[in-house]
Amino acid sequence: MGTPATAPRKNTVRLGDRVFSGLSKGSGIALLVIMAAIAVFLTIRAAIAIAHNEGNFLTTFQWDANASPPVFGIAVLLFGTVVSSVIAMTLAVPVAIGIALFISHYAPRRLAGIIGYVVDLLAAVPSIIYGLWGALFLVPHMTGLFDWLDRFFGWTGIFAYDGTPARSLMTVGILLAIMILPIITSVTREVFKQTPKAHEEAALALGATRWEVIRMTVLPFGRSGIISASMLGLGRALGETMAVATVLSPSFLINASLLESGGGTFAQNIASQFKEAGSMGRDALIASGLVLFVLTLLVNGAARLIIARRKEYSGSL
Amino acid sequence: MSQTTVTEEPPRPRPSVRPTTLRRPRLPGWSRGALLLGSAAIGTATGLVAGLESRVQWGLIAALVFVVGGFALTSAVEGRRQAVDRLAASLVWTSFLVAVLPLASLLWETIARGIPGVSWYFLTHSMNGVLSWQDGGGIYHALLGTVQQVLLASVIAIPLGLLTAVYLVEYGSGRLARAITFFVDVMTGIPSIVAGLFILSMWIMMMGFGYSGFAGALALSILMMPIVVRSTEEMLKLVPNELREASLALGVPKWRTILKVVLPTAIGGITTGIMLALARIAGETAPIILLVFGNNMINGNPFEGAQSSLPLFVYEQWAFGTESAYDRAWAAALVLIAFVMILNLAARAVARWKAPKSGR
Repeated sequence: MGTPATAPRKNTVRLGDRVFSGLSKGSGIALLVIMAAIAVFLTIRAAIAIAHNEGNFLTTFQWDANASPPVFGIAVLLFGTVVSSVIAMTLAVPVAIGIALFISHYAPRRLAGIIGYVVDLLAAVPSIIYGLWGALFLVPHMTGLFDWLDRFFGWTGIFAYDGTPARSLMTVGILLAIMILPIITSVTREVFKQTPKAHEEAALALGATRWEVIRMTVLPFGRSGIISASMLGLGRALGETMAVATVLSPSFLINASLLESGGGTFAQNIASQFKEAGSMGRDALIASGLVLFVLTLLVNGAARLIIARRKEYSGSL
Repeated sequence: MSQTTVTEEPPRPRPSVRPTTLRRPRLPGWSRGALLLGSAAIGTATGLVAGLESRVQWGLIAALVFVVGGFALTSAVEGRRQAVDRLAASLVWTSFLVAVLPLASLLWETIARGIPGVSWYFLTHSMNGVLSWQDGGGIYHALLGTVQQVLLASVIAIPLGLLTAVYLVEYGSGRLARAITFFVDVMTGIPSIVAGLFILSMWIMMMGFGYSGFAGALALSILMMPIVVRSTEEMLKLVPNELREASLALGVPKWRTILKVVLPTAIGGITTGIMLALARIAGETAPIILLVFGNNMINGNPFEGAQSSLPLFVYEQWAFGTESAYDRAWAAALVLIAFVMILNLAARAVARWKAPKSGR
């Protein structure tokens, strides 16, 4: 049976194979190392800053990181980041679902292709250009809307408006909504397109109108896709820097009115304070960046988990 | 079989008037156009009478009348279900129009305000010695910086990204591969400013290097890597297994199979992905502010000294807040958008040109 002289060589891998698989595995590991390094380096600098902080990092309404002793807190930044992102989400998600439905179910086929293409192109417009447009075009055009909101809803306090330039969290939220629209649209559109044709045809055969088809087959099928797309959009909105830095007129106060200027976001604060920051100031900015990092990590991780679960699920459909 | 049912059911009283058709009444085809005209007229009339100066308000009133009127009319004639259907269709169309307006305005403003400023002089001169309120100056230093930083970033990110994707598709399985896949996805969502802060804390604060184009390129490569991995992975998965098996059956080592068979097959899609990633990082501003710092003069050496870049140039000019600086900002924004769009269109052209022929 076996001829010992020419026994099949076991476990001998060619040198080229070993090098190549080692390289590719190594770069995969390098990627993980980078992720870990981001967390580690930011944490080290953040720990230094927080150790020297004379205020409360979470509740202080102040950012004097360059003073001695340094006093700074992220309360205002957290508020501004969350509020502007929530405004962006509430505006963008319904519209994005509308556009996605328009592309997948309403528009004439030809037009749908072109629009899908344009949406993808718009996702590539750099954020600084949105910022420039927002600051020089959107801000002056917001005053009419804000006056109107103030006239009818000013009594709520949230929509009070004093007529100053509209460089407020609301304008930021609207601009962010415009910016995250393409990404939410393109993800939901892909999900809607995967709706099983049989489901839709079954609904049509039962005499459903087009809207009933969408409500009974497309939306339930795409629900997790919509959720994860929205969270991807949220991740973008949370970390957006330039558009906020150009539009917002920042201050370290929480203004009850969303229409009046003031407030700030993590990313905007880092970008606008950086040039004046000394070494402690930089560490403080890094500490706030760490909070932003963790926040986006959670949101994106959750979105990806939902997508992954859906993948397993839809395999059985 | 019909006998049983007939015997059990009592005869129904017949309606006095027999319907001539089983269909429900429908609105005639021209009703939609009429409604559109009518609501436009109402919008204009209300606007004129109430003295609303903003045309946007006229449009909004007309749109509201159109949607509500359509709903009421349909529900009166065709019934509630049809009316809801009509309403949903109107809302979908409206959301499309609502989204198109700002995006169209963005492109229009950039082009209209940018074109006067773009000239050969603008492209070939730096801002050296030009004060913020003066006309003139150009973006040569910024263009140079952007190109160098993007190239350096891709030199780092493309090999790492390609190899990682190869690992995930060809070698990886189990825990490590799953972890890498997950973190690549998460990495896609890292805010650019966080990537900038990371390089700042490591490269500049810890290792003591100064501001340079290279530091910016490091941060950009972190942003670029996951995009390259993702798109390459998708493309490699599309390569049919028969090709790999045929090559391996001929005794070709696996690494040569990957290099000579798998990668060349997917090269079109991979190129597209890389170009899209380039377009994405070319427009990044935040890490550049932190790491490259900005410079009005031409600095051809990305490894030493502050540089500039196109997005940073736009930001700086905006921050000056003078009319001539705004003009420069718009012109540079136009150049940047053209740069990004050309990369995008070229990427899609490559994708179409190299697309696997169907029916093979």
